[in-house]
Amino acid sequence: MPVSVSSSKLIYQSLKDVGVRLVSALPETWLVHLIRFAEDDREMQLVRLAKEEEGVGISAGAHLAGVSSAMLMQNHGFLASVNGIVSCAQLYRIPLLMLISHRGEFGERDPWQTEGGGVTIHVLDALRIPHVRLESPDHVSQRIQKAHTLAKSASRPVALLLCRDLMWEDA
Amino acid sequence: MKRRDAMELVYADLGRCVVVTIMGAVAAELQSIGHRPNFFYLQHAMGLASSMGLGIALARPDLKVVVFDGDGSVLMNLGGLTTLARYRPRNLVHVVFDNESLLSVGGFPTATSTGSDIAAMAAAAGVARASTVTTLDDFRAAFDDALATDDLTTIVAKVEAVGPSGYVTDLSLLENRYQFQRYLRESFRSSP
Repeated sequence: MPVSVSSSKLIYQSLKDVGVRLVSALPETWLVHLIRFAEDDREMQLVRLAKEEEGVGISAGAHLAGVSSAMLMQNHGFLASVNGIVSCAQLYRIPLLMLISHRGEFGERDPWQTEGGGVTIHVLDALRIPHVRLESPDHVSQRIQKAHTLAKSASRPVALLLCRDLMWEDA
Repeated sequence: MKRRDAMELVYADLGRCVVVTIMGAVAAELQSIGHRPNFFYLQHAMGLASSMGLGIALARPDLKVVVFDGDGSVLMNLGGLTTLARYRPRNLVHVVFDNESLLSVGGFPTATSTGSDIAAMAAAAGVARASTVTTLDDFRAAFDDALATDDLTTIVAKVEAVGPSGYVTDLSLLENRYQFQRYLRESFRSSP
C-alpha cells in the first residue's frame, strides 16, 4: 500500500512538536501510518471513534481540560461531523485541529470518493473554517504549526487538507 | 421520578465532580437548582455531551466526571456508547435521563417509548456497569455506588416527561464555557 511513510512521519512529528497529546481517529487508507504512530506512542492518547463527529466532543472536552488534540479523518468524516463542528466547536469557541485526508481530487481512482472531493472545500468555506493544503513535505511542519497557532488564538476550528501528492506514492 | 428531583437529590455530591449536561430541560433545571462553575451545559450538538465527558475524563483522570444525558441525545450518538466502553474511563459516570420523549421540542416520543433499552444497549456496547432505575431511592443508591466505584458506570433513570416552562437562562454560553475551563485549570493547580 503506497501510503507515504515518510510524509506520515513528518505530519506526526509536527503534531507532537506543537504539543498535541490526544488524537481521535477513524481509519481510512491514507491515515493508516498516522494512526499506527499514535497507537505506538505512549505519550499520545489515541481515541478510535465509531463516527467522526464524536471527535468534536472529545476534542472539546480535552481542550477545556487543558489537553491539545487533533482529529484525523477523511473528508467524508468531516462532512459527517458538520453539526458537531457548528453547534459545539464554533458555538463554544473551541479550537479544533482537523487533519482531513482530501480524497476525490485529480488522480483519484475510487469512484465513490469523487463526490466528497468536489464539495469539501466549499463546505469548509461555507463554515468559514480556515484551511490550507499539505501537499509537499517542505511545508508540512510550518503549516501545521501555523494552523495550530491560529486555532488557539482564534479559538476556532482550522483544517489541514492532506493531499494526494503528499500522502500517496504511486508505484 | 422527576428529573429535577433526581438532580436535586445528588446536588451536594456534584460539588466535587465535573458535570457536563445536555441542552434543554436538563440544563435549565440544574441551573434552577443552582449553577456552579464546575457545571458545563452543552446547549446544542445533541449526542456529544458524553463525548465531551470522555474527552475530559481522559485528559483529567484525577477528576470524577458526571454526564447528565438524555434518551434523545444518546439515540443520536449510539456509536459513542461503544467508544465509551472501549476506553472505559474509570472516572466517568454517565447518567441518562430517559423520559421517552423529545420533550424540549414538543414531546414527540423516542424509540425508548416503544421498547429500545438504553441500559441494555450500553451493556451490549461493553459497559460493564449499566443499569436502569425507576425510583429516587434507587437512583440515589446507583449514583452513590457509581461515585464510590472506580469504573465507568451508566445509569439510565426513567423519569417523567415534564420540564420547565422555558429553556433560556441568563447564563450565556460563552460565559459558562470560559468559567468552566478556568475551573478545570484551577482545579489542576490546587490538586496535589
